[in-house]
Amino acid sequence: MSDATIDPRLTGRAAPKRALRLSWSDPRFRAIVWQVVILGGVAIIAWYLISNTSRNLAARHIATGFAFLERTAGIPIGESLISYNPAADTYGRALVIGVLNTLKVSVIGIILATILGTLVGIGRLSKNWLMARLTAFYVETIRDLPLLLQLLFWYTVLQGLPAPRNAMSIGGAVWLSNRGLKLPTLDWEFAHTAAVIAFLIGCAGTWLWNRHARLRQEATGDRPPVWPVALCLLIGLPVVVWLMSGAPFQWDIPALRGFNFQGGTNVSPEYFALLLGLVTYTAGYIAEIVRSGIQAVPWGQWEAAGALGLKRGAILRRIVLPQALRVIIPPMTSQYLNLTKNSSLAVAIGYQDLVSIANTTLNQTGQAIEGIAVIMAVYLTISLSISLFMNWYNAHIALVER
Amino acid sequence: MSVTSSIAPSLPVIDRKTPPGAGALAWLKENLFATWISTAITLALGYVIIRVTVAIVLWALVHAIWTVPYSANGIAQTAVCQDAKGFGACWAVINDKFRLILFGRYPFKEQWRPAICVLIFIALYGVSAMRAFWRKELALIWIGALTVVGVLMWGGILGLEPVTDDYWGGLPITLILATFGLAFGFPLAILVALGRRSRELPAVRMLCVVYVELIRGVPLISVLFMASVMFPLFMPAGVNIDKLLRAQIAITLFAAAYLAEVVRGGLQALPRGQTEAADALGLSYWKKTGFIVLPQALRLVIPPLVNTFIGFFKDTSLVLIIGLFDLLTMGKVALSDPPWQGFSTEVYITLGLIYIAFCLAMSRYSRGLERELGASQRR
Repeated sequence: MSDATIDPRLTGRAAPKRALRLSWSDPRFRAIVWQVVILGGVAIIAWYLISNTSRNLAARHIATGFAFLERTAGIPIGESLISYNPAADTYGRALVIGVLNTLKVSVIGIILATILGTLVGIGRLSKNWLMARLTAFYVETIRDLPLLLQLLFWYTVLQGLPAPRNAMSIGGAVWLSNRGLKLPTLDWEFAHTAAVIAFLIGCAGTWLWNRHARLRQEATGDRPPVWPVALCLLIGLPVVVWLMSGAPFQWDIPALRGFNFQGGTNVSPEYFALLLGLVTYTAGYIAEIVRSGIQAVPWGQWEAAGALGLKRGAILRRIVLPQALRVIIPPMTSQYLNLTKNSSLAVAIGYQDLVSIANTTLNQTGQAIEGIAVIMAVYLTISLSISLFMNWYNAHIALVER
Repeated sequence: MSVTSSIAPSLPVIDRKTPPGAGALAWLKENLFATWISTAITLALGYVIIRVTVAIVLWALVHAIWTVPYSANGIAQTAVCQDAKGFGACWAVINDKFRLILFGRYPFKEQWRPAICVLIFIALYGVSAMRAFWRKELALIWIGALTVVGVLMWGGILGLEPVTDDYWGGLPITLILATFGLAFGFPLAILVALGRRSRELPAVRMLCVVYVELIRGVPLISVLFMASVMFPLFMPAGVNIDKLLRAQIAITLFAAAYLAEVVRGGLQALPRGQTEAADALGLSYWKKTGFIVLPQALRLVIPPLVNTFIGFFKDTSLVLIIGLFDLLTMGKVALSDPPWQGFSTEVYITLGLIYIAFCLAMSRYSRGLERELGASQRR
């Protein structure tokens, strides 16, 4: 009797298990019954839907499965990162192009939205009244308008631009017309590849030198200078390599020939409108996140670091930002995910992202279930990858407590 | 610290108010011309703001065209608008089309019915915003209001002419999709959130986790596509659910997943002592949940709930892609009328103002509420 009264938490042993009674008054029995009832209900509904679906598919003579991916697509695709021939290539390849187009707009959008959002967020904290008011107005307005409306608006604005003949120009190299944005490109030669490789080597060298400096500081207390070395490795080395391999430098500048531009690279109006809409919309949300993140760091942190004699840049880099980032990262992750998911609105303005191409595919082949399964699978993969990466980064910078 | 950059984070505790009696000049010096960087920013921004404001006033008011003549067969003569294009707005398009944009193809003589529905929705939001009404009876008010909306829109009884939902459109559709989505999604969301928190029912918990993460991982468009192309396959032969209802189901299921996470936040914020005390009193699970947990948890989540609702309100515009006639779609329909083609800026600005009017009111309210509730909790 005496051991039965000892609190199991003190002994470290689990409480003795009671036998399961087949009675409604036993909570474990109740739990099992409830779960069986609920799962059974879900299974019955699922079975009902699936049997209906297979009967409907049979009645319409639609074959299930992913065999259609091997068939010739015949979908005209305006822009693509890989080669594509509508007469010969398959639906599978068309969908891959859709995924790449989605990634293209999401990745660039995330980078630009982060930059713009951070600037606006800092602007909202400005001591300059006009600056603070203007950025607050921007954030309010952009967040209260549906993204789809903004996309349609930007697309109309870009469509209303003059024809290539009267294109607007910045310095004679960048042209903006209703055919999109024309940018100059660099004629790529071996020297440039070599310079990029030299830059990567420089990055590795800088990292090693920084590590050496830190170890040295921990061991002896004084820190070898990092900036001159980094400058030499990151800028000096690539420049030297580029000069040594002949210093080729030739721009391919777009120029008007007949009715359209030749040369350079083209940003289509659809892509440009989508990017513009996504970036300005998401930046409104990111600005609020950045603002609240910076405000979450108590002012005493600035003062204490100042009292220790740290310079302003060092305070920001070593004291404030690491603390602010902890508040900023989790909501920022969901904004990145939102931007990626919102890029699916491309279908409304004719940019051929995954949803747009999958939609055309399922209209042409009738493979509705497979088409939507592809869309969902791809977005789930992207969402999970972004949240895994951000969780890793978050854990990396998280506060390490005792 | 010698250089005080003008874009440094402001002091959270500093009192920005100028001392009494300092006057406007001191305020200007403090807030606009404190340092030379601040002065430069003020001058540059001031220049841009004045230029843009003048351009907008000239375009939208001074050179704007408000009405156009009509030919004998009722077709608008838009030549004068075409001439003003580029420097003057053509508000005549709104003048001509506002009934179509607001109420869609609803029979013209019966359009007082959707108009009353819009007013009912606004009144419903207003009543829900008042704290005096935050009690269980609010659910009855919602049920009553939504029933009246349904009767008015469909008609067929009380001497009202029946109107099928193929003819509905414009603002009522936007409000119906968002509000019914919330009304049906919220109870589902509470169940899912409770299921996700349940420790005794692991299988149910898994089911809820999969549902929430699956829906939140995919874009709303794909759920809407599913509703528009896969739903007909799910139903037995001969059963046909109309388009509006399918979109409504999709939005409800989508909303429930997001609302479930909001509710879960409230459940997590509740101190454990509350449930433990309820257990000690011997309350059953449903009594504990209904009398102790939910009343406190739901009160905590009202501000994020309003923010989520603003999101849905904006997201209902996505039904444009599956061809439902909400406010945004009606704007596009109005623009497809040949005389008015090319005046999309004016129409989009008008639609934007309608959306902003709703969203701004809601977000102002939620921010005020957050401050109020936060103040009561800080004590």
